[in-house]
Amino acid sequence: MQESKLGLDFKKVEHARGVAKKIADQVQDFVGNYTTVAVERTICRLLGIDGIDANEVPLPNVVVDELKSKGLLGQGICFFMGNAVLETGKTPQEIAEAVSNGKLDITQLPVHKAEDIKAALKPYIDANIDRIRTRRKRREHYIETIGEGNKPYLYIIVATGNIYEDVVQAQAGARQGADIIAVIRTTGQSLLDYVPYGATTEGFGGTFATQENFRIMRKALDEVGEEVGRYIRLCNYCSGLCMPEIAAMGALEGLDVMLNDALYGILFRDINMQRTLIDQYFSRIINGFAGVIINTGEDNYLTTADAYEEAHTVLASDFINEQLALLAGLPEEQQGLGHAFEMDPMLENGFLYELAQAQMLREIFPKAPLKYMPPTKFMTGNIFRGHIQDALFNIIGQWTHQGLQLLGMPTEAIHTPFMSDRYLSIENAKYIFNNMKDIGEEVEFKENGIVRNRAKKVLDDATQLLEAMESEGLFTALEKGIFANVKRPKNGGKGLDGVTLKAENYFNPFVEIMKGKK
Amino acid sequence: MSEGLYSMEAKDFDKTLDLTKIKPYGDTMNDGKTQLSFTLPVPAGDEANEAAKQLMKKMGFENPLVVYSKELTEGFTFFNCYGSCTHTVDYTTIHVPKVESNTMDMHECDEYIREHIGRKIVVVGASTGTDAHTVGIDAIMNMKGYAGHYGLERYDMIEAYNLGSQVPNEEFIAKGIELHADALIVSQTVTQKDIHIKNLTELVEMLEAEGLRDKVILICGGPRISHELAKELGYDAGFGMNTYADDEASYIAQEMVKRGMK
Repeated sequence: MQESKLGLDFKKVEHARGVAKKIADQVQDFVGNYTTVAVERTICRLLGIDGIDANEVPLPNVVVDELKSKGLLGQGICFFMGNAVLETGKTPQEIAEAVSNGKLDITQLPVHKAEDIKAALKPYIDANIDRIRTRRKRREHYIETIGEGNKPYLYIIVATGNIYEDVVQAQAGARQGADIIAVIRTTGQSLLDYVPYGATTEGFGGTFATQENFRIMRKALDEVGEEVGRYIRLCNYCSGLCMPEIAAMGALEGLDVMLNDALYGILFRDINMQRTLIDQYFSRIINGFAGVIINTGEDNYLTTADAYEEAHTVLASDFINEQLALLAGLPEEQQGLGHAFEMDPMLENGFLYELAQAQMLREIFPKAPLKYMPPTKFMTGNIFRGHIQDALFNIIGQWTHQGLQLLGMPTEAIHTPFMSDRYLSIENAKYIFNNMKDIGEEVEFKENGIVRNRAKKVLDDATQLLEAMESEGLFTALEKGIFANVKRPKNGGKGLDGVTLKAENYFNPFVEIMKGKK
Repeated sequence: MSEGLYSMEAKDFDKTLDLTKIKPYGDTMNDGKTQLSFTLPVPAGDEANEAAKQLMKKMGFENPLVVYSKELTEGFTFFNCYGSCTHTVDYTTIHVPKVESNTMDMHECDEYIREHIGRKIVVVGASTGTDAHTVGIDAIMNMKGYAGHYGLERYDMIEAYNLGSQVPNEEFIAKGIELHADALIVSQTVTQKDIHIKNLTELVEMLEAEGLRDKVILICGGPRISHELAKELGYDAGFGMNTYADDEASYIAQEMVKRGMK
């Protein structure tokens, strides 16, 4: 049994984990029967379909919309595409182009035998599975040869809107010491039901996630990584209506970290819960296979709900996210479960409560590269106090061995970071990480003290919440507003019309391949 | 680099406060002392520091001091600087048109509505016309809010409807009627070629044509919107940079009470 610096009762932890598993299993019972337009478009991409038509509609959308408009989405794209490959002798890309030109109706071809259809797709499936495997090995090779930064990894964002300007900012950040570069997406991309195409130079508050932009940034980070002698990870946002498509594009282009959390989309983007939980399952399978670390969005709960009062909802959600990830074959070592340093800075002993919670999560999820978010809610424009708030946050990150430390910026809530803001933040973190390196090994918490009692209470409250959710299920809990005080109806929100029951010919070969053999 | 930090130079300027000629205050009236930091796209070195000083002189600073400089990445140098500002401003002639309401926080606002209006107020918001940006309207409406200010969806006593972006004015008005809106909030982010002015004007004209203009509180907001501009265009109020959901909620509630809207 694990030693706890907090005196945590690990029997209680295992009990809570078991309850979360039951909740996740109920979700999976539902998810397994359905597919979505996004899942089918993802399969198109994984079969090698790419590019856009004359109206800039991505070909995966063209093909999938064709099935949807005919009410045949439930049969799945693999059935029709495999059959069309067999019948026409063309590649999936050529078939998609023919569909786009109106020269081919893949739903009207003579139907071949199921095993022949599956066999016809095999070369295309293998080609991209190999490409993703190669990407994964490439990352592993880099880490073995040039190495990587120590944990907590320093995680910074770039958000100029122009991918080429992002490259300049990202390389500067890496030279200053950043280990992970996240390219913030442009406002509103999560609600687009397609992925834009090509390199982009205009965005609002961020840059479009496109496969070409992924490629440009990957190349830039590899260059700077070799220069500084440290592998630099690339992060993007695998959330919103194109969740699994972005996962596939990231897997193909060698991304390392993905925000990937259905609950975030449901609560904060009003995306339909059925749609996004189905999408999430496939996206996590892809991320798991590609060796991508996912980040979950529990930190956001605390930006609307009170960070002191609602800490247990973060833990409960982390438990559920852990189980949903495991069901998709995504191992603990890739689970960047989220939490945040968001208590009111005026709260007496707030630092001790934050410390207790961070240490508690560390001990409950010992293998997970926890994602620790900086203060945002109480950043006021007073950049000088903000810099100190970030320093306290950094102390806890080092002390409790967080995995991914999202660096707070003194100018949070003012503008997207200047080059100098990043420098000040990285300097702040590096100073503290070095100056307080082994504090976690030196200090234990006294029995019955503030820290131990806080951890115990949060675990107890989270367990109670999970027990209450077990009988009614996750969907009902979300309808009741359990997380972030936000209520979302099961049949409300965006994207529900892209959900359909799987029909008798449905198959998705990638699930088995990706979950089965790494 | 610390020359002048402990300067014993005589302070031979007038040290009396004159509100017609104010300037920054460090530790002595009219010393003009200002702290600033910026980055120049040049490598670090004596030339970089000199460039920073010359730039500060052009900005109107006397005795510019570069107290710290650091090359952030190749070809970009960051500076922390001090200088004495030579410019002054006449404080006595300043007039800023303001929205006339007291900003209350969410709880106070809910309480105010409960007490003075006695029912939930209905607010319908959208980014109208061709504007595809939801960032502004989301900052005001969404639960999460912005910069620590909760959005209107979070208020107990406000029924908030966020119609999203690219909402045509016709549709916006139709939805307002259907939902019995007490207030309409229009967000405009894109301002190229003054497209926001045309769009905002069109909405006012359409509301007037339908005889609805006086029945709702009409608000616009966005980074290039000021209260002055909003009034000019026929809106009740305008909210620009550094205003949040609580500013708008407080205004709407107080304006409803003022007009006797129940």
